Amino acid sequence: MSMNTQGRPTSAGDTGESFRPKTFTGNRALDMEEPLIFEFGRLDNMGVDLDEPDTFESELGGHERTAEIGLPGLAEPEAMRHFVRLSRNNYAIDSGLYPLGSCTMKHNPRLNEKMARLPGFGDIHPLQPVSTVPGALELIDELAHWLMVTTGTSAVAMSPKAGAHGELCGMMAIKAAHTAAGRSPEIVLVPESAHGTNPATAALLGYKVVAIDAKDDGTVDLAALTATIAQHEGNIAGIMLTNPNTCGLFERDIMEIADLIHAAGGFFYCDGANFNAIVGKARPGDLGVDAMHINLHKTFSTPHGGGGPGSGPVVLSDRLAPFAPLPFIRKTEDGLELVETDAATKDGEQPFGRMTAFHGQMGMYVRALAYMQSHGSDGLRQASEDAVLNANYVRVGLQDLMTLPFGENPCMHEVLFDDSFLKDTGVTTLDFAKAMIDEGYHPMTMYFPLVVHGAMLIEPTESESRASLDLFIATMRDLVMSATRGETQRFSGAPYLAPRRRLDETTAARKPVLKWSEPEPAEVTPQVAAE
Amino acid sequence: MRYLPLNDTDRQDMLARVGVDHIDDLFADIPEKARLKDLLDLPRRASEMQVERQLSAMAAKNTPAGSVPFFVGAGAYKHHVPATVDHLIQRSEFLTSYTPYQPEITQGTLQYLFEFQTQVARLTAMDVANASMYDGSTGTGEAVLMAHRITKRNKAVLSGGLHPQYREVVEGLSAMAGDKVVSLPADPSGTEDILSQIDDETSCVVVQCPSFYGQLIDLKPIAEKAHQHKALLIAVFTEVVSLGLIEPPGTQGADIVVGEGQSIGNGLNFGGPYVGLFATRQKYVRQMPGRLCGETVDAEGKRGFVLTLSTREQHIRRDKATSNICTNSGLCCLAFTVHMSLLGEKGLTKLARINHGNAVKLKRALAGVPGVEVLNTAYFNEFTVKLPKPAAAVVEALAAQNILAGVPVSRLEPGKPELKNLLVVASTEVNTDEDRAALADGLKAVLT
Repeated sequence: MSMNTQGRPTSAGDTGESFRPKTFTGNRALDMEEPLIFEFGRLDNMGVDLDEPDTFESELGGHERTAEIGLPGLAEPEAMRHFVRLSRNNYAIDSGLYPLGSCTMKHNPRLNEKMARLPGFGDIHPLQPVSTVPGALELIDELAHWLMVTTGTSAVAMSPKAGAHGELCGMMAIKAAHTAAGRSPEIVLVPESAHGTNPATAALLGYKVVAIDAKDDGTVDLAALTATIAQHEGNIAGIMLTNPNTCGLFERDIMEIADLIHAAGGFFYCDGANFNAIVGKARPGDLGVDAMHINLHKTFSTPHGGGGPGSGPVVLSDRLAPFAPLPFIRKTEDGLELVETDAATKDGEQPFGRMTAFHGQMGMYVRALAYMQSHGSDGLRQASEDAVLNANYVRVGLQDLMTLPFGENPCMHEVLFDDSFLKDTGVTTLDFAKAMIDEGYHPMTMYFPLVVHGAMLIEPTESESRASLDLFIATMRDLVMSATRGETQRFSGAPYLAPRRRLDETTAARKPVLKWSEPEPAEVTPQVAAE
Repeated sequence: MRYLPLNDTDRQDMLARVGVDHIDDLFADIPEKARLKDLLDLPRRASEMQVERQLSAMAAKNTPAGSVPFFVGAGAYKHHVPATVDHLIQRSEFLTSYTPYQPEITQGTLQYLFEFQTQVARLTAMDVANASMYDGSTGTGEAVLMAHRITKRNKAVLSGGLHPQYREVVEGLSAMAGDKVVSLPADPSGTEDILSQIDDETSCVVVQCPSFYGQLIDLKPIAEKAHQHKALLIAVFTEVVSLGLIEPPGTQGADIVVGEGQSIGNGLNFGGPYVGLFATRQKYVRQMPGRLCGETVDAEGKRGFVLTLSTREQHIRRDKATSNICTNSGLCCLAFTVHMSLLGEKGLTKLARINHGNAVKLKRALAGVPGVEVLNTAYFNEFTVKLPKPAAAVVEALAAQNILAGVPVSRLEPGKPELKNLLVVASTEVNTDEDRAALADGLKAVLT
């Protein structure tokens, strides 16, 4: 028996398939326009119930605020709806493949979130008595152990708050080691393919950055490196090298590079952004690395959170270990000791200073350790293997149509294409990427590394199933063929179907509007057009 | 392994498709002698239940702030965070998104960053705020570097009321970068003579208000003196709730304002992740570190938001960048913005009044304990007391009775006899009359 007793039509009906109504609200069904809180919130509204204090006598000593701040408030349902609507305008790894090379957008297990929110981790103060937080020291020490075993090193500076902060920490340790040895070399070698943070970090510490050349296969040119080192003999502080490098390739000569740098009196800083490719397969310590930051938010899957918070512990070789910054945990026969000040250091401990207040990103440590324990030694290796397998599967699925700058060789966890396959199509790397958005994909990393023209760096990660990769490959092939056929419209105006079309970044930078202001009252006199 | 979708059949088929026999063929570029033959010397995979068990056991050894009378502040504060905040920041679309480099599909992140920047600019009464720093301490380090770029000088003067660990961050960075720092001695009661330290070589003066010791500081004369010498005033705060009640640094002449935003929306987390607030004058915007979100329009004329002024940043400028920073504290900004939206002007003011009211009550309770002297004349929700005994031992004794009394200054400033007996105590909206009575009684017992 049909439940539809009131004559409600149940077929889709003929609705005129090409008609798109211009709606009154500007909304498109589930795709909602949402104003800023400043445009609809009110200064006397609030979504928190707070009682007036029973008595209030000011001891502010004349420092009272007199002017209004201008902060609108929202009742709880208004706030909920506002932010939920905003969230729906975001692409996320939970909703689709996010192949941003070098950024490692892998699955973020919710167990990790749950563990970080245990009151024993989430609700403890960095300066409450150490005797009341033994489990916190234990957690940090345990994560440090996993990081040291994984990297084959014997020390780790835990406190840096992000990858670039870790780089700064590692390079500061290197500078401190040189100073302690009575040396003051001035040059840091950085390949052109490096992340921008590498030269920026070296420059911040007053180092002169000298570029080193790559070979045609995308890896460091050993002969050129030897020559550069000879040219600056006695003045080399170190090298900053990403391995696997930003072209998705393992630096085959890495041990020779380490030997050359060490022989020149320098240290080897490894940018660990791509460590996720080799966990369980090789240990940076065995490769001659002196310092390497680990992006816990990449390799060990703490959530990227729309751009942070990250966490960038730095593993250190024996030679750099004494210079690790405050605070650190010392293991003694009686247990774990927290060393927070120079006064508490012992012989052989020469911390170069402090990177941040307190103890670093505890919330991220908990998540990373939960991730590592879940995988275990076998799962961590498997994850790296799957990440590399997935990248190569994408490579072979696309290499006949897209162009590989360094030939059809295996890659590590990410595959780098250049834009030669788009030559004469009128479609740019940017256009191509924007067309991926209409297909429901987040674009890959574009125009990086700088050493390749129109670079497209694809990192699928181990979190993708084979079916997901097959659909991605098929989509990419369709886009390439479409571009080749001259269907430029699909690309030049893309995205067509996202919450926004392409945004005018030039005007945004030329006349920056960085906060909301009350709209100007309407002009009374007619304005003459500026152009 | 529960997080890995490929099974062994997939792997075999895919290896064949890739054209290799064995997965290790894809790792052939790793030098033979460095290739790991065996598994790492770590435990094997663990189920969700096992991991939960292991980590819960560690967590259970700690004393959560919410489980005891709690008066610890000194840069991080225990506040009540509405349940809505934690729900919203765990939305997949916020939690598992990346930096909004593709603005067409990350308007959610970009719009809340724009709202965050507006909230911070208004709170501090400054022209512009960035999309956050890692935390207050690293933000302070960046502010000093920014002042050096603007003034083309390299000497920073640090007030003795600056959080000692913030000071250490600035000193460390400056030493490495070859810049000069003059750090004034600890100043618990806010009576230091900082004006005489400012001269024509000074790039910036860094002053915290409320100070590390809780004292409220009049920034106006410091700004005036700094500006006479073409130096900048960097105003720092670690308790953002104070801005609900006290005059903002922007109207007192600050040129750069840096603060810790943890109190709004973010938990204690043993010190991180937190969210650094960073604001300045319009004329200095191009010297600012960190990310900025700006308003623009799309190809159809609809309003939208993008990351902007990226020519300051490392991925474009490389060794000429204003900072090496590549990230912000995105999700913590979101927590801040949601909580601040729930409070609004009215709620923040009330919250600040409750905090101050509770601190006044605590001060009276502690001032009644024989031998205890309160050092601050004007304060917000935190102040410093001088005890007749070393504070560290007193704190330990009270912790043994499950009262977390505050931060002994000697923990951060060891070896300074004049600071040995000082205790920094904070009281927020979470404290009850019973909590305060427990602390006062406990203190009385320990001191007699």
